Amino acid sequence: MIKPEQKDFVQDTEVKIIKGNEAAAYAAKSARVQVISAYPITPQTTVVEKLSEFVDGGEMPGTQYIKVESEHSVMACAVGASKAGVRTFTATSGQGIFYMHEMLHWAAGARLPIVVAIASRGPAPPWNIWADFTDVMSQRDVGWMTSFCATHQEIYDEILMSYKVSEDHEILLPKFVAYGGFILSHTSKPVILEDQEKVDSYLPPLPSEEGWPHIFIDPKRPMMFGNLIMPSGFYYEFRLKIHDAMIKAKQKIKDAAKEFERIFGRNYGNGLVQEYKMDDAKISMLTYGDLALQMEDAVDQVREEGYKVGMVKLRHFRPFPTEDIIQLGKKVEVLGVVDRATAFGSCTGGPLSNEVKTALYHNGETAKLISMINGLGGREVSVEQQKEQLKLLVKYKETGELPKEKLIHGTIWDGLLEVK
Amino acid sequence: MSDTEKWKKINKSREERPKVQEYSCWEELSPIPISLPIDGAIGTTGDWRTFRPIIKEGCNRCGICWMYCPEGVITKNEDGSYAIDLRYCKGCGICAKECPTKNIEMLRESDLRK
Repeated sequence: MIKPEQKDFVQDTEVKIIKGNEAAAYAAKSARVQVISAYPITPQTTVVEKLSEFVDGGEMPGTQYIKVESEHSVMACAVGASKAGVRTFTATSGQGIFYMHEMLHWAAGARLPIVVAIASRGPAPPWNIWADFTDVMSQRDVGWMTSFCATHQEIYDEILMSYKVSEDHEILLPKFVAYGGFILSHTSKPVILEDQEKVDSYLPPLPSEEGWPHIFIDPKRPMMFGNLIMPSGFYYEFRLKIHDAMIKAKQKIKDAAKEFERIFGRNYGNGLVQEYKMDDAKISMLTYGDLALQMEDAVDQVREEGYKVGMVKLRHFRPFPTEDIIQLGKKVEVLGVVDRATAFGSCTGGPLSNEVKTALYHNGETAKLISMINGLGGREVSVEQQKEQLKLLVKYKETGELPKEKLIHGTIWDGLLEVK
Repeated sequence: MSDTEKWKKINKSREERPKVQEYSCWEELSPIPISLPIDGAIGTTGDWRTFRPIIKEGCNRCGICWMYCPEGVITKNEDGSYAIDLRYCKGCGICAKECPTKNIEMLRESDLRK
């Protein structure tokens, strides 16, 4: 259902050369978001700047653009707006997510389908604004779905798919759409912007006057949300319901990706993971974000040298594609897991490799797992370096040896500076 | 009736909402708890009470306890006497403190249950 004030909303199918952040803004426009709360932070700022141009220029009639004083207020504002029964969007990065943290729990606990674009950056100190997924990974347990994008087009597409999944009445959970700061956010690539009617047919209708099925704000029908529940009440059960919805979301994500491919013709694997040259591979790399795109080149080049290697791109970290990872563990002999994020003091040091290790435990014959970390704080990761990472797996399969100088506390820390 | 329709009905109006919602398991709960302005919206808060107010004989029916009760759980009977709804009384003791004839006594719940 289209709101009457939105009838002038137009977007024809066109290819535009735009930055990753602009792709996020165009996706929000295509999704006809009704409320945008905004506060600037590098490298996300140009998302909300572009949206303010749209709203100011009359390209998003009926959309409220709310400037607030901090990220905490950004999320508080989004929570309030979403409760009132409107489609809500914002974007943030690094320290901004950390400042929002409390309100992230409020959004998930109230089961509000808010979508947030994250141009990921390294947490401070030392001060850093470049690509590093520790910011979004450290929000692992807030009850938000989390996805990663590898290309500019995927940012646009994933935001549309996110509204589809988040607003499903069986799911009703907020979602992060993360992509590497500067690497994707500030570089330009051609992006296909889809025809508004096609997008409208793909997305669920905007919420009616009745609001979401479980929550709405109406002064004529007063009600209280976020109320106190005593230990003997249903608090525990409501927590379980969030986990349950998250697990159910796996199928919804798969369905959304399948329908997306049918309507728009772009394939994103099964929605949760996307394989690259995995048919005959016994050695595979698992990674996420822009590193995965570049890894495709590395896989091609290593294959030319005669090694049958493959790559799996993780698209969703929450819900975690446990079943796909178990299958992958059974299929390959050596599995490298590359993180561009840290989980200090944990089993492997990297958030994804920890999850993969957990998923593979107690599943019989499974691949040897090599955890790797690289590219923290925007450190450049070249195709050459990724080729070396793949060859390291090949060598491990042949000899069972790992390079001692890179193996620190059981994990390969690749690309450390050498002081001569 | 689907779950979604059921939540909508519960949300719709306080008249249509069942006074006590019953769930046989967690799966039947709506996604979030909501509280409508009805009696006992937060549950039977009488559970919180440590001391129970007892109106003794000799009450002169002045109604001061009824006025002061912060929870509005003291009601006036038809015969002019007063009664305390113990399902919701939290046992704050304000009624006993304000009673000009000292005819409300606070007794420890654990002693009463013996």
